[in-house]
Amino acid sequence: MKEIKVLAPNGLLGYGFPKESFEEGMKRKPDVIAVDGGSTDPGPYYLGAGKSFTSRAGVKRDLEIILKARDEAKIPFIIGSSGGSGGSPHLQWLKEIVEEIVSEKGYKFKMALIEAEIDKNVLLEKFEEGKIKTFESKQPLTKEAIEKSEHIVAQMGVEPIIKALDMGAEVILAGRAYDPSSMAALPIKEGFDPGLTFHMCKILECGAIAAVPGSARDCLLGTLYKDHFVVEPMNPIRKCTEISVAAHTLYEKGNPLRLPGPGGELILDNVKFEQLDERRVKVSGSKFIPKEPYTVKLEGSAPVGFRTISIAGVRCPKMIKQIDDILENVNKITKENFDMPESDYNIIYHIYGKNGVMGDLEPQKEITSHELGIVIEVVGKTQDIADTICSSVRSTLLHYGYPERIATAGNLALLYSPSDIKMGPVYEFSVYHLLELEDPTEVFPVTIYQF
Amino acid sequence: MKTKNITELAEVIRSKNSGPFELTFDIIFKDYDTYYKVKSKGVINKELIAKLYNIDPSQIVTFVEFDAAKAIKATITRPVSSGAIGETDVYGAQQHAPLLQIEIPWD
Repeated sequence: MKEIKVLAPNGLLGYGFPKESFEEGMKRKPDVIAVDGGSTDPGPYYLGAGKSFTSRAGVKRDLEIILKARDEAKIPFIIGSSGGSGGSPHLQWLKEIVEEIVSEKGYKFKMALIEAEIDKNVLLEKFEEGKIKTFESKQPLTKEAIEKSEHIVAQMGVEPIIKALDMGAEVILAGRAYDPSSMAALPIKEGFDPGLTFHMCKILECGAIAAVPGSARDCLLGTLYKDHFVVEPMNPIRKCTEISVAAHTLYEKGNPLRLPGPGGELILDNVKFEQLDERRVKVSGSKFIPKEPYTVKLEGSAPVGFRTISIAGVRCPKMIKQIDDILENVNKITKENFDMPESDYNIIYHIYGKNGVMGDLEPQKEITSHELGIVIEVVGKTQDIADTICSSVRSTLLHYGYPERIATAGNLALLYSPSDIKMGPVYEFSVYHLLELEDPTEVFPVTIYQF
Repeated sequence: MKTKNITELAEVIRSKNSGPFELTFDIIFKDYDTYYKVKSKGVINKELIAKLYNIDPSQIVTFVEFDAAKAIKATITRPVSSGAIGETDVYGAQQHAPLLQIEIPWD
């Protein structure tokens, strides 16, 4: 093959895309349609709770259009990080949507499911063997962290997807995957340069974000050649410029020149961006350096309690001036009121108008706002504890008699009735480490389904 | 000496998660001349970022000047991991404001 074309419908399955852009993309006769389905950006909840952060209807809409086009063009369609977090429940959720469409439309194809959720016993073995390394969390992994996690996934590279392609799969639903893997699998299988492939797919995995105006809900086409690649948006209102593509290389990455991934590192020191015409950019010079041992990233999420919140505003200048002292006293009163260990709950005040957005990173210490928005947050060992403490904090704060108080009817503008909102279980990232593998496919089993 | 505020020189100033444990800042300049001039002044460096966010310089994971994108990028360790108890900005997209105060010496 002299060239290979990869069509990315959008930056995330379920975000939507203009049909016209996708039709234009299909006219270019792509060799594969691939899309990234997930991210850790929405936080630990979705992995922990086994839920998708995109809507079922949104995902089904995107899939219906893509599966129809795929059926006509008979090209592979690959989804990475299925269902958002790419764990077993997420993969099953997506599989059911695909099955529903297949039963409605009667499509015939071979589908592969690639699991990325790792059994805790397998992981504990790897842990005992010293195969798990500390990463950006800077905390070494513990046995307890593995045991308390609800779901743990690993980000697959291209190898398990290539394996599924070799087994004849035409539609591939992959569990958690390194973002570019779904797009890079076919080009790597066909022998294209891995540096150029991974770099191109790093750009494609965000849809048309690398264009101007940028958008995650529009299509981008990437064409790979032997020594360069070209990216082009499929919507005529957008264009790729040297700057828009180069700037995208910075997006949400720690170091833009060194991009580690499964099995190696993408090096962009000598990368060159060239404007080909008004809407297309040519990129060359990207290098991939394989690294031993082959390493994948682990993500785990563990429950840490249950949350209840209450939202209120404060407009009284006398209260705003004393807000820190008042909240400290309310905490004290609450603690004294209940015969409960302090470790059973956590009271947090998010004070918008003071440091609600930046917390401790906020350099501006003085309050200059005429009103404050307060989110009272309680995380308790049980939902009942969270409800009890939140209710107590809210009522104590509402009626607390602080010095020089002039508005004696109440201190808070409570936003809602009911004033307290149950938020359910709270999760945190419990595992964010690197796992060394002997075989890049060993923890990613492939199952084939024939429709 | 005369100075210019960073908002006059940059086209993008943003913050974003880079994984759940890191926060990354991008300053993308309006044109290459501006970028190279700012770069030559050396005012934007690790120490400045640490000072603006009142953190120890050891919390800065990377600091890179990326010529191809006419951009300066710094990445710090998040004080609290994304979505954990007490965390305030799940996507990390509103942590850029202290950067807007940067003044660059300009003649």
